[in-house]
Amino acid sequence: MEKRQIKGFVANLNPKKRRNLLLSSISITALLLFLYFSNEGILMGSYGVRVLNLCAVYAVLTLSMNLINGFTGQFSLGTAGFMAVGAYTTALLILPVEIKEKIFYLEPMVPWLKDVHWAGNLGFLGALLTAGVLTAFIAFLIGFPVLRLKGDYLAIATLGFSEIIRVIFTNMQNLTNGSTGIKSIPPIANMWWTFGVMAFFTIFMVRLMKTSYGRAFKSIRDDEVAAESMGISLFRHKMLSFVLSGFIAGVGGGLMASVVGAITPIFFRFILTYDILLIVVLGGMGSITGSIVGAFLITIAKEWLRWLDGGFSLGFVRIPAIAGMRMVVFSVLLMLVILFYRRGLFGGREFSFDWLINSLSALPKRVFSLFKKGGAAK
Amino acid sequence: MSVLSTENGVMRFGGVLAVDNLNIHVEENEIVAIIGPNGAGKTTAFNMITGVYRPTEGRVFLDCGNGEKQDITGRRPDLIAAMGVARTFQNIRLFKEQSVLDNVLLANHVRLKNGFFSAMAHWPYYYKSEREMRRRSFELLERVGLVESANEMATSLPYGLQRRLEIARALATQPRLLLLDEPAAGMNPKETEDLTQFVAELRKDLGLTILLIEHHMQIVMDISDRIYVLDYGKTIAEGTPKKVQDDPAVIAAYLGVDEE
Ligand SMILES: Nc1ncnc2c1ncn2[C@@H]1O[C@H](COP(=O)(O)OP(=O)(O)O)[C@@H](O)[C@H]1O
Ligand SMILES: [Mg+2]
Repeated sequence: MEKRQIKGFVANLNPKKRRNLLLSSISITALLLFLYFSNEGILMGSYGVRVLNLCAVYAVLTLSMNLINGFTGQFSLGTAGFMAVGAYTTALLILPVEIKEKIFYLEPMVPWLKDVHWAGNLGFLGALLTAGVLTAFIAFLIGFPVLRLKGDYLAIATLGFSEIIRVIFTNMQNLTNGSTGIKSIPPIANMWWTFGVMAFFTIFMVRLMKTSYGRAFKSIRDDEVAAESMGISLFRHKMLSFVLSGFIAGVGGGLMASVVGAITPIFFRFILTYDILLIVVLGGMGSITGSIVGAFLITIAKEWLRWLDGGFSLGFVRIPAIAGMRMVVFSVLLMLVILFYRRGLFGGREFSFDWLINSLSALPKRVFSLFKKGGAAK
Repeated sequence: MSVLSTENGVMRFGGVLAVDNLNIHVEENEIVAIIGPNGAGKTTAFNMITGVYRPTEGRVFLDCGNGEKQDITGRRPDLIAAMGVARTFQNIRLFKEQSVLDNVLLANHVRLKNGFFSAMAHWPYYYKSEREMRRRSFELLERVGLVESANEMATSLPYGLQRRLEIARALATQPRLLLLDEPAAGMNPKETEDLTQFVAELRKDLGLTILLIEHHMQIVMDISDRIYVLDYGKTIAEGTPKKVQDDPAVIAAYLGVDEE
């Protein structure tokens, strides 16, 4: 019965929709196979897996930041602070008791957390959820004073709170192990986890933007006065967006902790927020697919450009090894991209198979017209 | 009872007295116009009523349909909108990055009963609300003649249609009182005539009460029951179109003022 219903459903779709369904299924299957073979170490080594994990985690963080900045239009720079809350929460929950004893040598750990160990995948899931909820709660508290501010003021205030969180974490020796940080965090976050969480939040965002609440966010971004006059409570919706963004950043931070294995307060400096902001801008403010594509492009590009730091030869001159060379080149590349795609790679749009096929089929024509123009010029 | 009334409304911006002693009332199902030269304080009066500005002095009252007069002075715009007051803007304020349909859909949000969690989980009840919002939005787009443009970007529409879209958006909040700020600005004579008819129909079909600001004297004379004339923030005349038209003070205020 069920099967027949599904068959009927597919038959009733128009050819375009059927084609897109087919393409989506193929892509998803390919992605799952790719994940399986990568995760098993068949496709790539542990380095490659680590980079891809980072890509997926950055994608989650970019979605979080795009929700409040790109979709709701509130210039918030608190992402690193929210990540710190999520990362520490997760790390402290999944850290085995022996390791806790070992790394908290300056000052013993608080008794109520000392013997807690949420083991395995289920424990990790619990830890991520706790991280998300706790971060959302912190966002809720911070939201009260800061969401009354606008533009640059909001940016400075959120940035300030993010730094305050970091300073507090540096000084809570018996809870966070202070500036020494936490290491030996169990690497539970394999590719299934990172890509799974990324997929979950992608679907979450797509759905959110299709509801009336998503439309309310976008209307606040486009025109606060008009939105408010249409009955949208600015504060409530900004708060909702801020709290959701905090939840996603908290979970992303938790994933990050498990992927990198060691965290210190220094890790959550402003530069981390800046990195994510770059991806948001490059991918496209207010684009979900832009967030994901941007996260993968930038994270991979940054890794790939590592060879620049080691010094290289341009044929006639030899550039010596300069630490940070890669960031210089990277920033120049980014500026170029932003110059040509002022609104990011995706603008506010989303990827769809219709768009891909249309632009691919238009490509020969465009190339041809390019040649024709060239010929006419001669 | 008056749907809307103000009591000695005053609005000062620093040293500028934009609105002085505003005493207006609008009765159920009436069309009332506010006219006056540029800078007379008409838009400011709208902003005082809809909560965009908190009046420096005076009170604003709204009858919320149950015959009870509520003081809404300085209340937040979204709360006033929820009480059934909708408006358009003189300098069109559409949601630029969104489609025509989404602009109208958004305005349904204020009447949405579903909480965030039920909307996200797409519980059947929310699907029902979403379908209902779409149906109502298309109905309104049909009314303003924009169904074919539903999926176009709001800003790609010509000026006159953008003004119509703003009206459709305002109507989607299901108001009892509609405030229109120069709805015919920038329209050609034919469009202006259509609009006049359209506003008259709105009152008849939807039982709306309408307060409008207009420069085009023709519209005002054709459709309004009563008129208030503002000049330098002061109400210099009020009454039926006929009476106002012959008022020497009004003629003086408009003398030398080009009627666009
Ligand atoms: N936000 C504001 N700040 C300062 N002055 C304002 C503001 N809004 C309006 N005004 C002033 O109030 C007066 C009335 O403006 P307005 O209500 O827009 O006139 P109208 O709509 O009748 O053309 C003008 O002198 C204008 O400069
Ligand atoms: Mg005006």
